[in-house]
Amino acid sequence: MLEIKDLHVKVEDKEILKGLNLRINRGEVHSIMGPNGSGKSTLAQVLAGRETYEITEGEIMFEGKNLIDMSPNERACEGIFMAFQYPVEIPGVSNTYFLREAVNAVRKYRGLEPFKHVEFVKMVKSKIKLLEMDDDLLQRSINEGFSGGEKKRNEIFQMAVLEPKLCILDETDSGLDIDALKVVSKGVNSMRSPERALLVITHYQRLLNYIVTDYVHVLVDGQIVKSGGKELALELEDKGYSSWGQSEEHNVTAANT
Amino acid sequence: MEPVKMQDTNSYLEGSSQFEKDAPGSDVSWLKSLRRDAISRFCELGFPTVRDEDWRFTNIAPIARTSFQLSHNGQSSITHKEVETFTPQGFSGIQLVFVNGRYHHELASLNSLPKGLKVGSLARALNEDDDLIGDHLSRYADYQKDAFLSLNTAFMEDGAIVYIEKGVVLEEPIHLLYITTGADSPTITNPRNLILAGDNSQATILEHYVSLNDNVYLSNVVTEAAVGSNSVLNHCMIERESKRAFNISTLRVQQGRSSNVTSNSVLLGGAIVRNNVHPVLAGEGSECYINGLFMSTGRQHMDNYMKVEHASPHCDSRQLYKGVLDGRSRGVFHGRIIVHKDAQKTDAKQTNRNLLLSDEAKIDTKPQLEIYADDVKCTHGATIGQLDENAIFYLRSRGMDLNSARSLLLTAFTSEIMERIKVLPFRNYLENLIGDWFLRGKLLQGTE
Repeated sequence: MLEIKDLHVKVEDKEILKGLNLRINRGEVHSIMGPNGSGKSTLAQVLAGRETYEITEGEIMFEGKNLIDMSPNERACEGIFMAFQYPVEIPGVSNTYFLREAVNAVRKYRGLEPFKHVEFVKMVKSKIKLLEMDDDLLQRSINEGFSGGEKKRNEIFQMAVLEPKLCILDETDSGLDIDALKVVSKGVNSMRSPERALLVITHYQRLLNYIVTDYVHVLVDGQIVKSGGKELALELEDKGYSSWGQSEEHNVTAANT
Repeated sequence: MEPVKMQDTNSYLEGSSQFEKDAPGSDVSWLKSLRRDAISRFCELGFPTVRDEDWRFTNIAPIARTSFQLSHNGQSSITHKEVETFTPQGFSGIQLVFVNGRYHHELASLNSLPKGLKVGSLARALNEDDDLIGDHLSRYADYQKDAFLSLNTAFMEDGAIVYIEKGVVLEEPIHLLYITTGADSPTITNPRNLILAGDNSQATILEHYVSLNDNVYLSNVVTEAAVGSNSVLNHCMIERESKRAFNISTLRVQQGRSSNVTSNSVLLGGAIVRNNVHPVLAGEGSECYINGLFMSTGRQHMDNYMKVEHASPHCDSRQLYKGVLDGRSRGVFHGRIIVHKDAQKTDAKQTNRNLLLSDEAKIDTKPQLEIYADDVKCTHGATIGQLDENAIFYLRSRGMDLNSARSLLLTAFTSEIMERIKVLPFRNYLENLIGDWFLRGKLLQGTE
């Protein structure tokens, strides 16, 4: 489904990703873990099409198509979804209105008729229950005045509504209390299917207690330095990233949260 | 007789003496002396320049340079169909139509005028020397220090007079539609409106300035409103002049005790536009809400000049102005709040927010608080920014294309003002108009 080869990415002349390789097949769940500044979020942003990142080398293929040439909206329409680490507040635009615009843009791209109002409302209501969110969040402006947990839930809610092929979670767990984490994980797990792949980017092993992953990749200094099964996450939690020349920063940060 | 071309003060004086001979109410002596006093005052003042503090950011040299004729020779016949294009769908209220500054009875919609409402042409009221005119005309809008006001007072001939009797609540809004066709050479019109709202009354009045072509002309508008105690007046001004036209307008409101006035201005057209809003909170406990949206592109210049005078205790005022500027356009927000000595417990708030969509667009925003009382609350704030790139990316990452994302954000920005326009057909009319420009990635049809 997704194949990244020798990806090099620069931001303002600083190289962040230095030859990253990754292959994700349908139905798989991959996790990327790594210390601060290793390039985890950069990878997520690059996949979603953020234009502030400059791709200097390498290729990204998604379902046989060259992703690099696509605009962020084309990627969304092709089936890529990134849950933001910091969801943006947009005053004056209601969640429902925005969702309907987004869903219908995606449907149009795929040659489908726009949703009828009644169908849309029904679909949205069923998904919002899944995330244990209040109906009135739908009428509120996008993320405006939402708590941290509500924002993250709203991301997963959007994901559930848009039904993408590849779900990228960019540190969706950070800042969540255990109850919110369970709800979010439940939402994510409900989306698992043989047709869909998940890329879970996280700092902490904790999330992987709730979202069972098939593969774990360790990202350090812009490169994947180790890949393995889910047991690798536990090992990392234990030893940190010190064996790759990283300080104990990771453990210190973890202890603080 | 060929109308005089007016440019320097002498030619305006000459134009005025030709005009006053057969102007409406020319045989009413007090009117005659009012017009004469006003033109001589105009000649003394001359057009303002950027050295004048109130005009620091707005250079009206293009107006002073142009020679204008009174628009008597301009096209004066308009079809019902043309009027309909400017009447929002679903609007069923009272409508007065003015063509090149003159009232056209055959185009008006005055069906089922409610009891207690008098509405009609100012020209007729001037000719009849109506008592209401004598009592109120030029009593509030002081032309002594304002060249455009003195020019309007000297040349006023028509406009709307709206008189709402004591205790009358109007269900339907009143639409004053000003259509300018202009002529091959530049023309000037001086619409003059008088709104008299009796005690305990309630009314909604919309002024709407539009054009049928791209001619050069000047609409020099003055509206005086005297609002009785405990009355509610909702005023809306929509400016969609031709892209080469000038519009200078003044809304002067005198507020009685516990009255409540809302003014919404929407500036969209015109080359140089200046909108003065000047309420005086004369009666204790009165409130005013002044909102505005201005959207400029190309080389348009839009100046919003507020002067909110708190003259009595316990009055509240709120100003919210939003600007969206594109191209090489320029905007001005000049918000004066004057709190007089006796106006204790004043609560005044002013907010101006601007979005610049291009590198060349520019906004000058200037709050000016003059406070002579000691127990008041006055706040002001201004912001200038661009469309949020993070928000655009967020929307695009969910499937919306760039234009739709920008359009959605612009609509969200302007909706705060749109929501305050309570006459739904007009709100829809404006939202559709603006939404359509946004979707085409343009701010105005003028940029095409």
